[in-house]
Amino acid sequence: MKRPAKDTAESVRTISRRAALLGGIQLVFAGTLVLRMRTMQLADADQYRLLAEENRINIRLLPPSRGLVQDRNGTILAGNVQNYRVVLVREDAGEPRAALERLARLIPLTEDDIERAEREIVRHRPFVPVTIADRLNWEEVSRIAANAPALPGITPEVGLSRHYPFHEEFAHVVGYVGPVSEADLAARENPDPLLMIPRFQIGKVGVERELEETLRGSAGHRRVEVNAVGREMRELGRQEGDPGTNVRLTLDRDLQAFAMARLEGQSASVVVMEVDTGDIVTLASSPSFDPNLFVRGISVTDFNELRENEYRPLSNKSVQGAYPPGSTFKMVTALAAFEAGLASPEERIFCSGHVEISNRRFHCWNRRGHGRLNLVSALSESCDVYFYDMAQRVGIDRISAMAERLGLGLRHELPVSGMSSGLNPSREWKRERRGAEWLVGDTVNASIGQGYVLTTPLQLAVMTARLATNRMIEPRLVLSIDGEDVARSEPASLGLSSAVLDFVRRGMWECTNHTRGTAYSSRVVMPEMRMAGKTGTSQVFSITSAERAAGIRSQDQLPWNRRDHALFVAFAPDVNPRYAMSVVVEHGGGGSSVAAPIARDIMLAALAGGLPPLEAYPQPQRNRIESMINTIRDQIGPATQPGEASERA
Amino acid sequence: MSYLEYNVKYSPTGLAKVLYVNWALVVLLTAVASVGFLMLYSVAGGNIERWAEPQMERFVLGLVVMFFVAFVPLWFWRSMAGLAYAVSVLLLLGVEFFGSIGMGAQRWLEIGPIRLQPSEMTKISVIMVMAAYYDWLDVRRTSHPVWVLLAVLIIVVPAFLVLRQPDLGTALLIMGGGGLVMFCAGVSLWYFGGVIAAGGGLVAVVMSSRGTDWQLLRDYQFRRIDSFLDPTLDPLGAGYHINQAMIALGSGGWSGRGFMQGTQSRLNFLPEKHTDFIFTTLAEEFGFIGAVSLLVLYLGVLAACVIAAMQSKNRFASLLILGIAGNFFLYFAVNMSMVMGLAPVVGVPLPLVSYGGSAMLMIMIGFGLVQSACVHRPRERT
Repeated sequence: MKRPAKDTAESVRTISRRAALLGGIQLVFAGTLVLRMRTMQLADADQYRLLAEENRINIRLLPPSRGLVQDRNGTILAGNVQNYRVVLVREDAGEPRAALERLARLIPLTEDDIERAEREIVRHRPFVPVTIADRLNWEEVSRIAANAPALPGITPEVGLSRHYPFHEEFAHVVGYVGPVSEADLAARENPDPLLMIPRFQIGKVGVERELEETLRGSAGHRRVEVNAVGREMRELGRQEGDPGTNVRLTLDRDLQAFAMARLEGQSASVVVMEVDTGDIVTLASSPSFDPNLFVRGISVTDFNELRENEYRPLSNKSVQGAYPPGSTFKMVTALAAFEAGLASPEERIFCSGHVEISNRRFHCWNRRGHGRLNLVSALSESCDVYFYDMAQRVGIDRISAMAERLGLGLRHELPVSGMSSGLNPSREWKRERRGAEWLVGDTVNASIGQGYVLTTPLQLAVMTARLATNRMIEPRLVLSIDGEDVARSEPASLGLSSAVLDFVRRGMWECTNHTRGTAYSSRVVMPEMRMAGKTGTSQVFSITSAERAAGIRSQDQLPWNRRDHALFVAFAPDVNPRYAMSVVVEHGGGGSSVAAPIARDIMLAALAGGLPPLEAYPQPQRNRIESMINTIRDQIGPATQPGEASERA
Repeated sequence: MSYLEYNVKYSPTGLAKVLYVNWALVVLLTAVASVGFLMLYSVAGGNIERWAEPQMERFVLGLVVMFFVAFVPLWFWRSMAGLAYAVSVLLLLGVEFFGSIGMGAQRWLEIGPIRLQPSEMTKISVIMVMAAYYDWLDVRRTSHPVWVLLAVLIIVVPAFLVLRQPDLGTALLIMGGGGLVMFCAGVSLWYFGGVIAAGGGLVAVVMSSRGTDWQLLRDYQFRRIDSFLDPTLDPLGAGYHINQAMIALGSGGWSGRGFMQGTQSRLNFLPEKHTDFIFTTLAEEFGFIGAVSLLVLYLGVLAACVIAAMQSKNRFASLLILGIAGNFFLYFAVNMSMVMGLAPVVGVPLPLVSYGGSAMLMIMIGFGLVQSACVHRPRERT
């Protein structure tokens, strides 16, 4: 070796020193690592353990089956049907295009469907099932099942979807469900996590919406272990949810079907209720729509067609429509006057066909005048001048109070959508809303249900029920929830003098049963089904002088949307009444010619518990009625048997 | 060594060499590798064929290579140091111009059926050449600026080529390994202090430039630094891997979740669970006890090396052993710091545990050199 030994010894010592120093540094570093592990694995272990569990465990909600909506006899109005769909899992199916083309030989799939499915398939991870086709029929499903070996990764699945077996008949009352929208979520303070499930549906309109919480039920859940990319590894636990609660309505399917068929072609509404209980047995609005379209997702074309139809099929006219009640309001004016003792029912008033009030001429509908008449004939012949006179005596305050007492201008508690409160005008209302003082002319107009007064068909039915019973009948739509009858309180007395009320009822009776009554042609000849009622024809537009000059004299010559509304309210039988009802035909023309015949047919159907008995009609009308009834019978089919449809549940 | 010493000391020859192998080191290395087999079996979900079996085969091959290297006299390796370094640099240049691209970086050189990763080989050859350099250099000139600069050049040239691939982790290991040999050879501490001070100053200047007119890095580069300093800032992006690794490590607790029970690795939340992040699986399944045990095994390997280095009176042998041991330390220290969120993710495997043939083979060759130094150490006649 070239180097002196001293240098070597010195350099060896240097290396040893440095080696020791280096070893020390390495030990310190290792100590740091141990400290770090101690912090993470001992001090913060719980926190990291929690994060690991959060990574690993997903909660998947199980949607409950939605509660049924049934009619009073248990017939299902809104049920759940099994919905077959076919899903594809890419990693099992292989090349998606080829798989879809194989599938297209078994079920109808358009080129568009295939392309849409393909796009969706590539968007998801290979293990995510993608729905290719929905709402398959049983035959298609069986074809897929039979060819399963040739279709790897393609499986039929079954789910529940809402179905409305009677399509148009209950669309307005029962409503429909649809996918949860942003607005739905925003409207709820603490939205049920169920609403976040893709494709979950909630009530959008009607009972489906108003009783959403009852019908929805509560979610079950599955705890699943997932891996980093979200694939389910195994199920850790499962808890089934509670299905939604069934709701039974007071409606009667058969009567509703009859009413809807009877209203066909009209823009009209019918409300029939039991006078004792307020139970609504029919709440019909025509025309209607098929709620199943909305469940599936209605096309823009279909939706625009419904929205732009001038008969407004989407509107539930029974509770949303507010119409001038016309002469059906005359009972209110009369009762206000007699209750106040300002007139007596026997008093006769002279009608010359018009009367001058505040330098304005107010006409009776009968320009030639009715001569002298008392309350009963004033109601039955619907003389306007009589009520003009009463109006001046009694004033708007008492009329308005009586209207409220009879249930007009009030929003009744019912689980329906968009309920209108109508309008029961008063001095304060006019001052606030119109900035003008109430005039005598306003009272005169209001006395015959014109001017500012607006009522809904539901309110008119409630009014009629109260007149028939002298009690505070409240309408009711829900009969029972989960088999438990909804509690009802005995309705309080209305407190009207029965003597006076008898005169009013007599007037209504003569209206349909006296030869001079405005609805005499719609009388019932079977004593046990005899009906008492009141016609109303409410003006929407006056016939202008220009139109008069052009020779237009009658309603038929006017365009549809300028014609008068036709109204009729009735109760029957005339002794111990069971049902009260209202009929409003938008722009129908006359109450006696259009609304009253509809009311009679439906009332007879209600009383008979089936189709109206032909013997109830006057002899000369029977041929015409018979053919009408036959047409309706063919349309609605045989009566449903209670529970018949429940197997769909 | 004086002539006299040649008379009183001898080096073992022939089969007798087997007796002088550092068997403690062999046992420790086998223990560390066995931890690797166990973990590779676990992360494969109980499948031995996927990773554990090939890894065992490589380890056995590595042992054979190690013994082969060990029985070759040390002077041979010393004379090979310069050649090995030159070949390494040439191969790195080859990668620069003809290398194939894998995992977004140019690392492999394909010569016929052989795939070479020259950067792995460079780690050893730089240490060898540095040990030989300081053995050759007059001890009095060790801290002379010119000779220090030459040493730095020897290290930086291959490191720069590796950095160009780009492979920051390996480049750091090469510089670290070379630097450690310089440190042990006795280069003045002022140089090291100067480098640390300059580095720290540079970081301080860069960080304080943020938001000023003379900002030295772009905003996104600063954001990357942010997400390194606090991975929770970006849990789904750059910080995802390190976050998941820390969750795995932390959730292990004291004694772990049990063998094959680690949810983070079994459910694939862990990235690179069989390679760079395998330590997190160990920490998750065997907890603090398991993680510290592996660390103790590693420290045992280091201790065996440091003792061997101190026993050796041969400058080349001591520097070589310390360099290889230091390199080994850098491997596991950087890897563990990385998965614990103490260092950025630079892609350094856990030595002998992470799945991978190239790194395993090079580490075993390195310990072969250590064994060669032990075997061929001149000993007193008895």
